[in-house]
Amino acid sequence: MNLSSRTEDQLRVVSVNGDRIDAAVAIEFKDAMRAETDGGPETVILDLSAVGFIDSSGLGAIVASMKHMGQDRTLALAGLTPPVDKVFRLTRMDTVFSLFATLDGAINELQP
Amino acid sequence: MSTQAPIPNIHFKVQSGVYAAREASEKLLHELAPLDLNAEETGAIELVMAEALNNIVEHGYPDPQNGGPISIYCEHGTKGLNIKLVDNGLPMPNGKTPAGLAVNTDVELKDMPEGGFGWFIIKDLAKDVAYTRTLDTNRLDLRIAITFGAKN
Repeated sequence: MNLSSRTEDQLRVVSVNGDRIDAAVAIEFKDAMRAETDGGPETVILDLSAVGFIDSSGLGAIVASMKHMGQDRTLALAGLTPPVDKVFRLTRMDTVFSLFATLDGAINELQP
Repeated sequence: MSTQAPIPNIHFKVQSGVYAAREASEKLLHELAPLDLNAEETGAIELVMAEALNNIVEHGYPDPQNGGPISIYCEHGTKGLNIKLVDNGLPMPNGKTPAGLAVNTDVELKDMPEGGFGWFIIKDLAKDVAYTRTLDTNRLDLRIAITFGAKN
């Protein structure tokens, strides 16, 4: 599970460089997210635009990443493709995260 | 009259393991390619297969050193795709599938559920979900509605 990140306008943008977040990579994803977000800016945007499939294990791994970041930090999700968006809405996790259609939209909205 | 040629019944096996769900979805969608399913239909099939197979891998064959086969059967019926998954792993607790209720997201961050979505997803996207245990065999039947012969 390859993630890359950059810091822009005091936001950490973490991009998923893989097309699936599923049971096969969920633990790897969680570990990689910790590495990319620990000690970084308060607000993290997870860029999911390359991800075409997520299952409940992947969803759980994103929830775990948000919990690990803690109450005082924000994890926003951007660039959800239709299959990924569907899983968030189906499980009502769309009410837990801030979802943005595009990464640019998320950056504009969230920059301090 | 539909001019759609029926697809032959599908049957294949995968070995339980972390890649079992990917392998099974990929193979099934390849076999279903002649049906020209739309993106929403293939998405539902892939998601249901992932959740059902992951349950078998995690709970049916929990010891990674001691996995086993998972058979996948699929036939194209008048009400959709009738899918049957058969394995020789551990039985479901209480002999039935979990209720698959929606998780409660109206909780504090620290209590936010990281799991328990799988059966909810299966029961939302699939119909006629039925589990039977016979001797040492688990059988899960389900149906995924597709538009018969629709092109998209």
